[in-house]
Amino acid sequence: MGSTNSTLLKIPNVEVLMQETGFSPAHIIRLHDRFKALDKEGRGHLCPQDFGAIKELAMNPIGDRIIGAFFSPGKEMVDFHTFVKILAHFRPVDKDRPKEPNSPELINSRSNKLKFAFQLYDQDKDGKISRDELLKVLRAMLGMQVTEEQLESIADRTIQEADLDRDDAISFEEFRKSLEKVNIDHKMSIRFLR
Amino acid sequence: MASSVYLCLLRAVFLVCFVNPLIQGLSGDANVVQNPHHELEENLTGLPIVTFKWHHVQTPYLVIIWVFVAGLAKLSVIELNHHVTSVIPESGLLIILGFILGGIVWGAGKAQTFKLLPPTFFYYLLPQIILDASYFMPNKLFFSNLGAILIYAIFGTCWNAATVGLSLWGCYEAGAMGNLDIGLLQFLLFGSLIAAVDPVAVIAVFEEVHVNEVLFILVFGESLLNDGVTVVLYNVFDAFVALGGPKIDAAEIFKGIFSFVVVAFGGSFLGVVFAILLSLLTRCTKHIQIIEAGFVFVVGYLAYLTAEMLSLSAILSITFCGICCQKYVNANMDEKSVTTVRHAMKVLANGSETMIFVFLGVTAIDTEIWVWNTGFILLTLLFVFIYRIIGVFLLTWMLNKFRLVPIEVIDQVVMSYGGLRGAVAYGLAAMLDEDKIPEKNLMISTTLIVVYFTVILQGLTMKPLVQWLKVKRAAHSDLKLIEKLNNRAFDHILAAVEDICGRIGDNWWTRGWNRFEENYISWLLMKPKARRNRDYLFSIFHKLNLEDAVNYVSEGERQGSLGFIRSDEAANVDFKKQFDSEFTDVMPDIMVDMSNYELEIENVSVTSIVKDTIPSVSLDIHGHDRKNAVDDINAHHLLQQHLYRSRKNHRHKYSRSHFSINQSEDEVQEIFQRTMRSRLESFKSAKMGVNPAKKITKHHKKELTHKMANGHPDGTGHLYGDEVDSAVGSETGAIRGTFMRDMYTVGAGIENPVFLPDMDSPTHSSLPWLMETEAVAPSQRAQRRLPWTPNRLRRLAPMRISTCSTDSFLMADLEEHEEQPQTDHEEM
Repeated sequence: MGSTNSTLLKIPNVEVLMQETGFSPAHIIRLHDRFKALDKEGRGHLCPQDFGAIKELAMNPIGDRIIGAFFSPGKEMVDFHTFVKILAHFRPVDKDRPKEPNSPELINSRSNKLKFAFQLYDQDKDGKISRDELLKVLRAMLGMQVTEEQLESIADRTIQEADLDRDDAISFEEFRKSLEKVNIDHKMSIRFLR
Repeated sequence: MASSVYLCLLRAVFLVCFVNPLIQGLSGDANVVQNPHHELEENLTGLPIVTFKWHHVQTPYLVIIWVFVAGLAKLSVIELNHHVTSVIPESGLLIILGFILGGIVWGAGKAQTFKLLPPTFFYYLLPQIILDASYFMPNKLFFSNLGAILIYAIFGTCWNAATVGLSLWGCYEAGAMGNLDIGLLQFLLFGSLIAAVDPVAVIAVFEEVHVNEVLFILVFGESLLNDGVTVVLYNVFDAFVALGGPKIDAAEIFKGIFSFVVVAFGGSFLGVVFAILLSLLTRCTKHIQIIEAGFVFVVGYLAYLTAEMLSLSAILSITFCGICCQKYVNANMDEKSVTTVRHAMKVLANGSETMIFVFLGVTAIDTEIWVWNTGFILLTLLFVFIYRIIGVFLLTWMLNKFRLVPIEVIDQVVMSYGGLRGAVAYGLAAMLDEDKIPEKNLMISTTLIVVYFTVILQGLTMKPLVQWLKVKRAAHSDLKLIEKLNNRAFDHILAAVEDICGRIGDNWWTRGWNRFEENYISWLLMKPKARRNRDYLFSIFHKLNLEDAVNYVSEGERQGSLGFIRSDEAANVDFKKQFDSEFTDVMPDIMVDMSNYELEIENVSVTSIVKDTIPSVSLDIHGHDRKNAVDDINAHHLLQQHLYRSRKNHRHKYSRSHFSINQSEDEVQEIFQRTMRSRLESFKSAKMGVNPAKKITKHHKKELTHKMANGHPDGTGHLYGDEVDSAVGSETGAIRGTFMRDMYTVGAGIENPVFLPDMDSPTHSSLPWLMETEAVAPSQRAQRRLPWTPNRLRRLAPMRISTCSTDSFLMADLEEHEEQPQTDHEEM
């Protein structure tokens, strides 16, 4: 595997990366290993089929959406930086880190985690989860036994509950508000990315 | 309730009426056993029509009676009031039942003749439990945590043994135990036998308490592997006691340490050797598959006995035999054999475990062995408990410095509380030599009390403790719909990101080992058929799918009835409108389309394809009343019922009584199929152009076939979905052997460099039963006619695919099989 330093040096801009994401060198190396393992052709970037090769993702109802979240609209490639940055969303929140007043918001802040989740629903990126988008998510996450009309009724009720300004869509603020009680840090963090 | 009462009554009656006279008869006729024949001749006055030949069947009869009684005991325990069973663990109840049974036997006035004798326990009852545990061991989890497990097993057990022994000795010297004929070495010996965490008890209790997988594997793995240490310590101290104090010097101590290395590694190595033997055997049993299942048990048992013979660690031997042979045996054997083995193992293991616990209870009712020394017993209990806690926390503190995923405090508490002692400790105590160790009975009594305490009391309180420690979860009904939905979505997201990050331990060593294993070991130990399927089925199948998708679309377009591919709902509408009733009316149309493929089209399958591709869309979407309260309840209920569960919660769980993965396999299939279908759909739409209304010109088709011929379609403009069919591969049916050749030689197949056996789960890739990835939705062509495929997989495939197409497959399959014997030539 090589010594820590030499592997770190091979990654361009690794300090900036560590700074931005808060990952330790050990994690960066591990993620780099993983990146290389996924990038079977050694192109230096990942494309959707690399993700698709992960069998378990195919068994995830929203796996394909999550794969899509890695790719900015229009781009077909993910380089290591983007890969790490997106995964940084799932770092557990550092409770001990002192809050510097002027520092930019951490990637793994509660708000950013919520944004990540929000964009999974909001596929057309208009800042709102429309009824159709919600329907699509529901369809993906519910078994085949649920009929269309049941789905629609669930979607309607869900929007009803969360939609405060009555525009028949859920904006990010409404989304965030509706999830106040949920412990986002716990639900959207992976321990081994600490 | 009534049935359990009935059962109890039945048992009591049975025991009292039947067993008692047997026992009396047994002891009464004990002296006459030698000459059964003569006895008959002596008393003969006339021709006896029927005689009571107790002596002939005595031994096996008693054995079977006790097995029967143990079975009845288990039955009544399970059938008992649910309240009781949810509080006291099954094992505890069985012990209590053993008390009762022992009491009945004792009440019959007979001396305790039905003890749990160490040879019986170690040779007839324990091996199958360990084999069962190791055969179903989640290997990946085990090996990724092997370091921690070894630390706990080796250092933890040594620590326990040393501290308990020394503390007891210290207290003895301080006079807390009164007058005993005992010395330091004997205390150490006692410490070593009471130190070991018992696998049987651990499984029994942890099955009721669902803990996370890492915690489970740590405790479970530790309980299995610490046998190596226990055996060594026990033998070493036993020998030291025999030698006597003065003779022990540095050389002896060094020999003791060395013997640990030999015993532990020797035992493991022996186990691996037998695993290789077993794999090779199953590899060669192509023509006589009926005896395959037997080999597993026989060779496993052989591993155990051989290690015992060589005074190596027998438990380690059988453990590694089971762990290493899993993969190859499951791949090589016929699927029926695999099922047989699994069922039989569970039956045997369950039976043994029941008998062990019942006997543990029965042996308590024996006035001879009980020696009560308050100080000794209470201090032992105390020390065992305390030092376990200290040991666990200490070791975990050290381990957490090196682990990527630290072990939390809650887990540590559960781990220390879950250090249950069981029958192994009792067996070792019963094997003590009375001459060397005068206080043997005291030790046995203490061991029994420790066992009862840990199994019953700690088992009882484990569940409440776990629940008390966990963070309280919000009540379900209080959550709003959107919260519930999001909670589940988060679970899925987390699971997905974890999968993307790869499992812990996915590093250079793991990959290197996997490569080595694939290339060399599998070559040696797996049937060539199985190997081939593991490797090629994935890639071939998705290629088939891909090509089929393209061809189907192009054919359909040519025939003009393409509408139904674009949108599933539209299809439904079309059919309904035109044909008004069942889809069988539609069949002729589609069949005609497909006839260009020159495949014989079985009658049954197309309906299933049609049904399969068209989701159960209800066309009549009535207006609904939004404000209806009933809707609200329904919505919550629907979410509760039908939200797909996250994989995170269902990773491997070892269970004594179930052997499927603890998740709804149907659910997983469904999700997988839908994902694959949607990927296929997006591929199709990408290929054919986004606008369905556009007329497809010849140019398009040429371009299509041209693309196909080229291999990699260009990267521009198509969604990620299209190439993703590589993930479609998981083993299921149908590859025609010759087809395979075509794909490769002509080079027309789509190159899928992406598709290598996924590195994440090599050990699972050939365990179709244990694998979470289920069948792929086969391509249209594959569905209709499945070309020859290796036996096992072919029959497996239909069972795994969602209900619609099962029958069609089976029927298609069976006919195929007879026609295609020539594929044998593909064997090496």
